[in-house]
Amino acid sequence: MARATSPRAADAGPDPATGDPAGLGRARAAAIAAPALLVVAAFLVFPALWTLYLGTTNYRLTGFAARHPRSVGLRNYTNVVQDPGFHHSLWLTFEYVVLSAVVGQAVLGFAIAWMLRDAGRLKRLLEALVLLAWILPSSVVAFLWVAMLDRDSGTLNALLHTPGTAWAIEHPMAVIIVFNIWRGTAFSMLLYSAALTGVPPSQLATARMFGANSWQQLRDVVFPHIRGHILTNLLLISLWTFNDFTPYQITAGGPNGKSEILPVYIYQTALFDGQMGLGAAISLLMLVINLLVALVYLRLLRERRLERVAV
Amino acid sequence: MKDSPRSQAGAVVAKIGRYTFLSVLLGFFALPMLWLASAPFNAHPTLDVSISSFTLHNFSVLLKDPYALPSLWNSLLLAGGTALLTVGFSAAAAYALSRVRVPGRDGILYTLLLLSSIVTGTAAMVPLFQLASKLHLIDSRLGVILVFTGGLIPAAIFILKDFTDNTPKSYEESARVFGASPFQIMRHIVLPMIRPGLATVTVWAVVNVWSSFLIPYILVRNPDKYPASVVLYTFYTEGGQPNLALISAFSLLYSIPVILLYLFVSHRYGFRFHGGIKR
Repeated sequence: MARATSPRAADAGPDPATGDPAGLGRARAAAIAAPALLVVAAFLVFPALWTLYLGTTNYRLTGFAARHPRSVGLRNYTNVVQDPGFHHSLWLTFEYVVLSAVVGQAVLGFAIAWMLRDAGRLKRLLEALVLLAWILPSSVVAFLWVAMLDRDSGTLNALLHTPGTAWAIEHPMAVIIVFNIWRGTAFSMLLYSAALTGVPPSQLATARMFGANSWQQLRDVVFPHIRGHILTNLLLISLWTFNDFTPYQITAGGPNGKSEILPVYIYQTALFDGQMGLGAAISLLMLVINLLVALVYLRLLRERRLERVAV
Repeated sequence: MKDSPRSQAGAVVAKIGRYTFLSVLLGFFALPMLWLASAPFNAHPTLDVSISSFTLHNFSVLLKDPYALPSLWNSLLLAGGTALLTVGFSAAAAYALSRVRVPGRDGILYTLLLLSSIVTGTAAMVPLFQLASKLHLIDSRLGVILVFTGGLIPAAIFILKDFTDNTPKSYEESARVFGASPFQIMRHIVLPMIRPGLATVTVWAVVNVWSSFLIPYILVRNPDKYPASVVLYTFYTEGGQPNLALISAFSLLYSIPVILLYLFVSHRYGFRFHGGIKR
């Protein structure tokens, strides 16, 4: 062994026991990992935990209660649970997530991926547009929609011959739902395109030979193969849509709270009206919902990993 | 086997249906973007889509606006600062976690990743605002950068650890035998090997911050420090007639870096998932 002949190599030689090829050692490893962990602790973990405390105070943005907050126990939570405005917002959020993500983005994304399996130029053009809608900054796309829906000279009114229709005021929920389908279909399209490449063409050919129509092929061959992808996709897009603040830039929750989904409701309560304590109580609820969705997702990933190991 | 006329007719109908559906989709996805392509070059921009006379005058309006160009600079500072901190911190942490065995390491990493997807800016806007005011980080670029960095680091560590796990340890071991210090090894051997990972994380962090609206919207109060996303929002929401010449040119200018990055990434790597994500 090198240890006997060269003291230097023995001193610095790789230690197979710890698998530490560069000779960092625990102390130095901890030191170089520390900055990342500190920032995460301060700006990710701490805020989440602090929400628990803030939700039990009467913190306000300005005034006396901003400097000397008092504990109000669980009053914020009982107030929130009894507030009809909150129930309304929760219902709108549910509508928004189900219609725009679970139904809209997932179905449209799959339809595009399925129909464009082997088309050429048309596929690339449509794909590019769908992706562009996804990657442009939210402020830009929000204004593009404001311009398109404008009452007096918007493109939509010109196309539909409905002059003077103020879409964002008359149908605010429909507007933000259709907007979010437009905005986020790209992810589902990409994911399903990738998933469809894993479906064996021979099985599809066999199904066709036995006279299966398109729907039967989808049901009996395609869906069983991509079930895991469908679940992954639904969970992720639901989580993202639930946490999406972009509708605020189109309707600002209005008119009269008719499109006030939960993120906008928290913003209006905490930062606009200045009721920080109450806002924190609602935020906690949002964090809990996020946690539940994420836990289901993690569980799913683990199951799939186990399946792969078993195979 | 010959197809009956009836099934041929069916195939034609199916084909027509397919192309009709695709054209409607093309229209749906293109419609909102037509304005972005036409209005910036229109001499009298309105909210409808038309080019009556081509001009570049709108871009000179943009140059004169006191907030437009500085806001792009602010966005660049926020995106660059966040990318730098995120890449630097998480590369170091990923390397340490990849090479030195820490008890419960994978558990910690998964918990962090879970947290970063739960504690979003939207769900945590109240405590984040409160934290920034306590630390006197309101109106501070550093404050915005730190909040973003905290949210991006867990996934960045995850990506970079994947890269370091997949680089062979033998190079590091031989360098060490020849007397290189751990930091020389990191700098001259590990960093070059994980460069693709560093590039991925950089692009991802820059795009995230460049487009983000909510965090700077609540943490920055001074209009001189607004990034482009917030300035654009104030352009069309603050009272009076919106200045469409300014908004159209600014939207385009603000979008171009994202479009260029997208073209670069899709040209170089292909913009798609290979076999699904995170399998």
